[in-house]
Amino acid sequence: MLRVKNLHKAFDEFKAVDGAHLRVEKGQLVAVIGPNGAGKTTLFNLICGQLQPDKGKILLDDEDIGKLPPHVICRKGIARSFQIANIFPRLSVFRNAQVSVLSQQKLSNKLFHPAAQLAVDETDHILDSVGLLDKKMDLAGSLSHGDKRILEIAIALGNLPDLLILDEPTAGMSPDETTTTMALIQRLAADQGLTILFCEHDMEVVFGTAESIMVMQQGHTIVQGDPQTVRQNIEVQQAYLGDE
Amino acid sequence: MFGELIRQKSFGVSLVLFLTLLVAPSFLPRFYIYILAVIFVTALLAMSLNLCVGHGMLFQFHHGVFYGVGAYTAGLLLVKTSLPWWIALIAGPLAAAFAGLLIGMFCIRLNRLYFGMLQISLGSLIWAIAFRWYDLTGGDDGIHGIPIPDFIASTTGSYFFVLIVTVICLLLMFLILKSPFGSTLQAIRDNPERCAAVGINVRRHQLITIIIATFFGGVAGVLFVIVEGSIFPDLLFWTLSLEIFIMCLLGGWFTFAGPILGAALIVSLRTFVGTYTEYWTLILGVILILLIFFLPEGLMGTNYRQLFRSRVKYNGEYQTE
Repeated sequence: MLRVKNLHKAFDEFKAVDGAHLRVEKGQLVAVIGPNGAGKTTLFNLICGQLQPDKGKILLDDEDIGKLPPHVICRKGIARSFQIANIFPRLSVFRNAQVSVLSQQKLSNKLFHPAAQLAVDETDHILDSVGLLDKKMDLAGSLSHGDKRILEIAIALGNLPDLLILDEPTAGMSPDETTTTMALIQRLAADQGLTILFCEHDMEVVFGTAESIMVMQQGHTIVQGDPQTVRQNIEVQQAYLGDE
Repeated sequence: MFGELIRQKSFGVSLVLFLTLLVAPSFLPRFYIYILAVIFVTALLAMSLNLCVGHGMLFQFHHGVFYGVGAYTAGLLLVKTSLPWWIALIAGPLAAAFAGLLIGMFCIRLNRLYFGMLQISLGSLIWAIAFRWYDLTGGDDGIHGIPIPDFIASTTGSYFFVLIVTVICLLLMFLILKSPFGSTLQAIRDNPERCAAVGINVRRHQLITIIIATFFGGVAGVLFVIVEGSIFPDLLFWTLSLEIFIMCLLGGWFTFAGPILGAALIVSLRTFVGTYTEYWTLILGVILILLIFFLPEGLMGTNYRQLFRSRVKYNGEYQTE
């Protein structure tokens, strides 16, 4: 479904992504791991169009999406969450999720029709599926950190994506919240047939959930494979797991 | 379509206020009727600016230009051509919206403060045209004694016309803000990056907002011509833009009606304090300083209960919705 081939991105002298490769097959749960500064977030920003690659290809179903702006990439079926809770703090939880549903239904430019009556069922359904329905009228800015992160996933789901990209979905969460969130992500993948690409610091989380793992170091891909293969890879052990 | 409106908590108050204003000319002296009309015009202008500033976080620093373009278009068409008056009145907002599109197309490529800076420079170009093109615009003198159609030429006539048009415009703005378009605009205000990532064309959305806002700014300009019967380059000068920006901040830029309150306060201050001392802006300055320290979200945007309940520093908890 998604192929990243020999991707490069430099900020001035610093090579943030320097030869990254990635395969994501339909329906897979794929994790990207690597130490801090390995280029995981930059890689996601490149895939989603927030940044443009210097060199290399990003193919979505054989179409090169490397040079497209974010909103066009989103319409091709890739939705994402961000590492920092990236929500709309002054809007209610319901309207946070509704923004992307309206965008998906191409209603964002509709004038003179109350938004409160549009896409209500779809939005409620999404909030229900992530467990935020009882907080739908709360201001998003007043949610707990964990709930904000969940809301972010809900916003991404509003686009009915084929591929959901989550940048450290459990960053800053308590162990309990982490378990709940990962269970939620696995359930979403199973129930809605989503393909999910995520990056994560917590090794237990990654090896417990991912079907395929890509390891990055200093911007380049060391290896990608199933958890067993990755665990046994000598280079990975030296570069990353050995540090712990 | 209007259900949303009636469900508002403040609907009753607004209705009573509107009805009071409708009968005001029967008991208020003419001077106050004139001041009220000026307040309506200014309030509409501030409200149109707030579409950009408060709801879109677009720093439209030189919104006064579009007010001026609306006023000059209507004024010049009334004076220099024999076209029917209503064409002049409609042409004003359209010209303003067109100017908004032209200037917006350039500014929209920049972010935040840079957007505002470019706006000031491009807007000042239009001011320079009005100021320098003496043959057409009368230069610094402007044009006075513009022929206004009879039925709205009197103080009361213009008062009613301005009141009705302002209310209609406010209703339209309200509906726009409650629509998916407005909802999306407020989401862009909070987080443009996130909006792009959910498939919204942020720049196009912002440009449409500017066009809508400048259209209403143009309406305010036309209403100014009807109230005052004159046009002059100060309408497009940046100090006016600054003043309406302050109105938005003072009243509460994240609220719907805040700019109306801000406009009413500043116009009153200018009229009533301004007759005693020309240093009335000094008072405005003090008010602004107090505002920044104590009510950063403006008069209507502040959560007063929270402000007074605790002695802890106001944490600026969001009070939209």
